[in-house]
Amino acid sequence: MSAYEPRRRGVHPVLLAELLSWIRAFGPYRWASNRFRDWGVGGRTAVIGLPYLWLLLFFLIPFIIVLKISVSDIRLGMPPYEPLLHWVEHQVVTLRVNLGNYAFLFEDPLYRNAYLNSIFTAGASTILCLLIGYPMAYGIARTSPSWRNLLLMMVMLPFWTSFLLRVYAWIGILKNNGLINNVLMAMGVIDEPIVMLQTDFAVYVGIVYSYLPFMVLPLYANLEKMDITLLEAAADLGCHPVKAFLTITLPLSVPGIVAGSMLVFIPAVGEFVIPALLGGPDSLMIGRVLWEEFFHNRDWPVASAVAIAMLVLLVGPIMILQYNQAKQGGAGGVHR
Amino acid sequence: MANPRPEQKLEPWKDPAATPYIRIEKVTKKFGDFVAVDDVSLSIYRGEIFCLLGASGCGKTTLLRMLAGFEEPTAGKMWIDGADMQGIPPYKRPVNMMFQSYALFPHMTVEQNVAFGLKQDKLPRAEIKDRVNAILELVKMTQFAGRKPHQLSGGQRQRVALARSLVKQPKLMLLDEPLGALDKKLREHTQFELVNIQEKLGVTFVVVTHDQEEAMTLASRIGVMNHGKIVQVGTPSDIYEFPISRFVADFVGSVNMFEGTLIEDEPDYVRVASKELGGNFYVNHGVSAPPDATVWVALRPEKIVIAREPPASDDEDNRVRGVVKEIAYLGDVSVYLVQLASGRMVRVTRPNMRRQAAAFDRITWDEEVWLSWDPSSPVVVTQ
Repeated sequence: MSAYEPRRRGVHPVLLAELLSWIRAFGPYRWASNRFRDWGVGGRTAVIGLPYLWLLLFFLIPFIIVLKISVSDIRLGMPPYEPLLHWVEHQVVTLRVNLGNYAFLFEDPLYRNAYLNSIFTAGASTILCLLIGYPMAYGIARTSPSWRNLLLMMVMLPFWTSFLLRVYAWIGILKNNGLINNVLMAMGVIDEPIVMLQTDFAVYVGIVYSYLPFMVLPLYANLEKMDITLLEAAADLGCHPVKAFLTITLPLSVPGIVAGSMLVFIPAVGEFVIPALLGGPDSLMIGRVLWEEFFHNRDWPVASAVAIAMLVLLVGPIMILQYNQAKQGGAGGVHR
Repeated sequence: MANPRPEQKLEPWKDPAATPYIRIEKVTKKFGDFVAVDDVSLSIYRGEIFCLLGASGCGKTTLLRMLAGFEEPTAGKMWIDGADMQGIPPYKRPVNMMFQSYALFPHMTVEQNVAFGLKQDKLPRAEIKDRVNAILELVKMTQFAGRKPHQLSGGQRQRVALARSLVKQPKLMLLDEPLGALDKKLREHTQFELVNIQEKLGVTFVVVTHDQEEAMTLASRIGVMNHGKIVQVGTPSDIYEFPISRFVADFVGSVNMFEGTLIEDEPDYVRVASKELGGNFYVNHGVSAPPDATVWVALRPEKIVIAREPPASDDEDNRVRGVVKEIAYLGDVSVYLVQLASGRMVRVTRPNMRRQAAAFDRITWDEEVWLSWDPSSPVVVTQ
């Protein structure tokens, strides 16, 4: 019996060592790594630290600025809000925090309605996306691989065109002398155009159309990796295919459903362009209120308060999404 | 390995009056141009453990999947318990399958997995509970009832899969490489367990395997498959001792195969001249082949005697000289590779009946030896 040589995988160790020595000999690399070492920063710290630095500069600091504006007073002038800190006399600083903007959000039913309307619209759109997207994702995941790529391509194709352009295109389709009405009238189905543009219907059409790929793709990823033999096993144990779908496929695709729903729901709540272009004057969504507060009323403090309140509102769903992803990652590791 | 079952006098396949439990008639399955199963006819009887043995891609799994109803035959018919299975979907067949990957439902506990099949039959809750508990007891998984499949070891999963298909008390169970994922020790242990369970419940098993040792241990009969065809059907000892073709002889166990020419063909013996051997085989059973035809003689390594001295009888046949080139010590047996004058290597195994102390003068490398065998040992095959 001969003992087999264990097969080595990956890059040949000698080649790898040579490659590393080339990199180490490279001037700029040596300079940078020496500087980092002088500061007591290792390679690992640098790699992890850079994205954090980026987030600190371009996310956390702007967020703090918005938070600061939201608790200041409005004033005429530029910038249109009072500073928080006032230099009264020598070395005496007063801090003036105005929570009135938040109180205002609660008092004025406009904002409450806008929030509720946003959440309702986003929720309903998410359910519509799920109802349309699940069969699509299921169909794509179960076709032959050659068809699968083509169909996935078609799901992603709209992303190649500007989002704004696509929403504008819907105006052309939905307006009174637009595509749908003209075709229906030409066929004699209707005598007068149906008013679709500037209604809630148009907003739903726009949101469902725009966000459908965000529902289909995670669902597809989930359904595609499902083990088909599980369904065979269910059938073998006397389970009708419809029931097998409900008891096996559906529960196993819950992570995909949650991921897709959150990816649709979170941006849909703050959606501004679609209600502004397709919605009527009464389809009030929070993104639109925010925009008007900033640019029409020039009330930056209230606008900032609206933004912060929306963020707080969305923390819940975002946490669901993260928990879901963490669980999926964990489960993948456990399966041997 | 010894057959674990007590000697069964019951051999329904020899009884012409017996009606087969499964009848497969001229079944062919094509995937596009590829013929996976080619004109297979088989009869399997109640209470049998029938093993389909073959290399991967020989069509054995496709045949099994057709019995389960996951694939429809392109041509031919199948009957299970007298009922034509054509067009019957898997969820309506009186068959349960144990999958190679076990296919346990990952979102259900062991208990829920096992209860799944009974729930489909809309049995009362109390009965489901009793039967699940009983079957978990049988496979010794009671204390793991609340676990999810990913919290179990390979052997435990395999037992859950077995319990899940057995709990429905099927008359026919299909097992696809049931022990493939287990290590050798556990596999041997489970093989005996499977046979015990099968006897206790009186289920008919059809097992697919590529492992000839597994087939020999489990099976009442083995069907050897190659390129979609059944090559030979028989009891394990039939298959091993009386292979009907070079393929079967070579696939089941190891064998020394010599090409030769039939020089004498009598009803009770044949003599085959072989250039490779540099001598003649004298075989004490008849062969149905035209004289001067090219035949092959299969000689199992354990049936060859290796010695320094020539065999006592002065018969010229069934003996040959050679030089030991390789020795592999496997503990229970030693394997010798002996080179003949023609350059041909012959594999000989010899049980290590005595402990190999240094003082023991054993045959060693480059020694000249005599190989001999009994006239009943070689098998002549014509194809």
